[in-house]
Amino acid sequence: MRLLLPFMACFAAAVGLATPHGQVSDQQIAGTNYPATLSAYGFFDGAANRPSRQLIPYQLRTPLFSDYAEKQRFIYLPEGARLTSDQAGKLEFPVGAALIKSFGYPDKSGALRILETRVLLHQQDGWVALPYIWRDDGGDADLRVGGKRMAVDVELQGTPTTISYAVPNKNQCKQCHSSDASIVPIGPIWQNMEFPRQGDREKLLQWMPQLAKMAAWGKWDDLEGGTLNERARHYLKVNCGHCHAPKGSASNSGLFLDGSAGDAAAYGIGKRPVAAGRASGDFDFVIEAGRPDRSILIYRMKSTDPGIAMPELGRATAHAEGVKLLEDWVAAMPSGGH
Amino acid sequence: MRMRKIAIASAAICALIQPAFAKTVAVAAGDGAQERLQEALIAAQPGDIVELGAGRFSLTDGLSLDVNGVTVKGQGAKESVLDFSNQKGAGEGLLVTSDDVILRDFGVENSKGDGIKSKGADRIVYHKLRVEWTGGPKATNGAYGIYPVESKDVLIDTVVVRGASDAGIYVGQSRNIVVRGSVATENVAGIEIENSFDADVHDNIATHNTGGVLIFDLPNLPQMGGHNVRVFDNIIVDNMTPNFAPKGNIVANVPTGTGVMVMANRNVEIFDNILADNGTTNIMVVGYRFPHQDAKYDPLPRDVVIWDNQHGKAGWDPQFRGGKEIAAAMGGSFPAIFWDGAGGPERAPIISDTVPALSLGLTDIAADPTTANPKPLAPSDKRPAALPAIILPAAMEAAVR
Repeated sequence: MRLLLPFMACFAAAVGLATPHGQVSDQQIAGTNYPATLSAYGFFDGAANRPSRQLIPYQLRTPLFSDYAEKQRFIYLPEGARLTSDQAGKLEFPVGAALIKSFGYPDKSGALRILETRVLLHQQDGWVALPYIWRDDGGDADLRVGGKRMAVDVELQGTPTTISYAVPNKNQCKQCHSSDASIVPIGPIWQNMEFPRQGDREKLLQWMPQLAKMAAWGKWDDLEGGTLNERARHYLKVNCGHCHAPKGSASNSGLFLDGSAGDAAAYGIGKRPVAAGRASGDFDFVIEAGRPDRSILIYRMKSTDPGIAMPELGRATAHAEGVKLLEDWVAAMPSGGH
Repeated sequence: MRMRKIAIASAAICALIQPAFAKTVAVAAGDGAQERLQEALIAAQPGDIVELGAGRFSLTDGLSLDVNGVTVKGQGAKESVLDFSNQKGAGEGLLVTSDDVILRDFGVENSKGDGIKSKGADRIVYHKLRVEWTGGPKATNGAYGIYPVESKDVLIDTVVVRGASDAGIYVGQSRNIVVRGSVATENVAGIEIENSFDADVHDNIATHNTGGVLIFDLPNLPQMGGHNVRVFDNIIVDNMTPNFAPKGNIVANVPTGTGVMVMANRNVEIFDNILADNGTTNIMVVGYRFPHQDAKYDPLPRDVVIWDNQHGKAGWDPQFRGGKEIAAAMGGSFPAIFWDGAGGPERAPIISDTVPALSLGLTDIAADPTTANPKPLAPSDKRPAALPAIILPAAMEAAVR
């Protein structure tokens, strides 16, 4: 069987090359010799802004902050396959499905320039995460399993800035996308998803009618969208909960921000740091109720120093608006609770 | 469980088959080291050796290894250097998340966070490594030098760690652990075993740290109830570097001049060590005295055996609240061994060493240290049944022979 695999992969590659433009290649998604170029999958028709019609675009009401990058997200399902969901609204993807996410910034003319596209492929043996970096001419993207750091000129709140943008390496993809050391999609939870293309939402609800009753999560930055507590907790769940979970990369911290926390300490309130080192900022607690200025969680969100910053990956800048939300949340907690 | 058994069986079969295909991948220092080395670590197959050339690898990001059964080997702890002085991202220098990995014969310098971390990495071997913050003790140094966590079967053998702002060698929430033949110097804690089960710490030198060897258990963590730890045949002397840990971390509370500190563990044996020139005390045994709300956590130490250690000078400058007053009452010097009294007399450490030993009599874990009621601790002549030695899988021992 081992010897057969390379031959099968070669065959798959040949089939992949024969795929017409805009037609996704199921063989490439299933194959174990990962294509060197993104075009082999057929997710895009010659440019990042020309996704295949077979992809279902979606957006997140509360997204993961990644250095103010704009993201375009897509689901691919093979012909005849369907999505299902668990009780909590978390989508479950059949083997052969893929999640595709592109990252970019507006250029000087205001047009979005995509830098990289990350794919999550649901193969027979589990999920595989791979990063592809678009070429300067935008015609195709190349696999870079070792990741890459690149200087990117962006405008933040009207100020031109150069940031050291990091495309994660294959292992770093897994650091965030891991549960019990296996790769999993981080999100997609129905209540946090929107489907901009007409008809997609309706089609998915036909498959999963039970989701129609689920109330959409408030958007983290929409004051009308939910209480301060709800918005802060959604923000933490999306931005921190993929690692800070009992089976996630930060399981050893005992700080659980994925919604599983059974008590205030597991949520960080009155919890002393364990392995923070200098990232404690000389403060005693992850969250000191009523005192955002003395809470390690806020201190680490504000920092861009790699020994201090949280999240650890994909953060060359601080998310000022997210920090403000959580500062308000911590300030509103009654103090003296621990 | 069934799946797991199948997985283990297939892993074993792979291990038998793999060596025929195993290869050595050489990675040289120089331009593009970050991407070349990271790509080699990703492309490695079980059984492969990733061999670092001599020289300095200037790295801009953390490195990581997630393939089982890979050896990363350099030309020597001073010859092959992973230099993280210009690191821009990641929480550690090198992260290992796979099983049966051997790291040997290279150095790691000036990582922004931890030096080498291994998480959920069973049967990991750290051998002939150097992890160092080259500017010496500074609060801005990374927290841990060598940092295995949530792992079963850990061997740390012949490493040198210097400058960690928390612990030089730190083993957390793990089980079946050996730390031996290593040097920890100018860290806040030299060697720390925390929330871990079954550990042997022996034949090490811990010197010029704030505290030499720490055996701790802390609340609000997935694995608690640290126990069965033996600390023996170590040289733990002159740990007088002023505590430079950032406040908020538990080790920021370790008094400067501590030899061995046991907190909230049970079944700890400290024997046949040389302990000297530690200004607060050579051995202290204490409860976890911070408020906490964790019903599953036991803050009291118990069944601590202190036997046949050699003691030099200690206790001339105790660095904790109330320490100087006690020293004055005892004729100017704090005892070489003390216990805070947590939990009352039945939890007292069992001691054979013929040096002054003291209970502070703080039976109540919430008591204020200034209410101490010091009393001498009587030596014992009956040693309790010894803990068994830690035995690691033969392949791990073979890797360092």
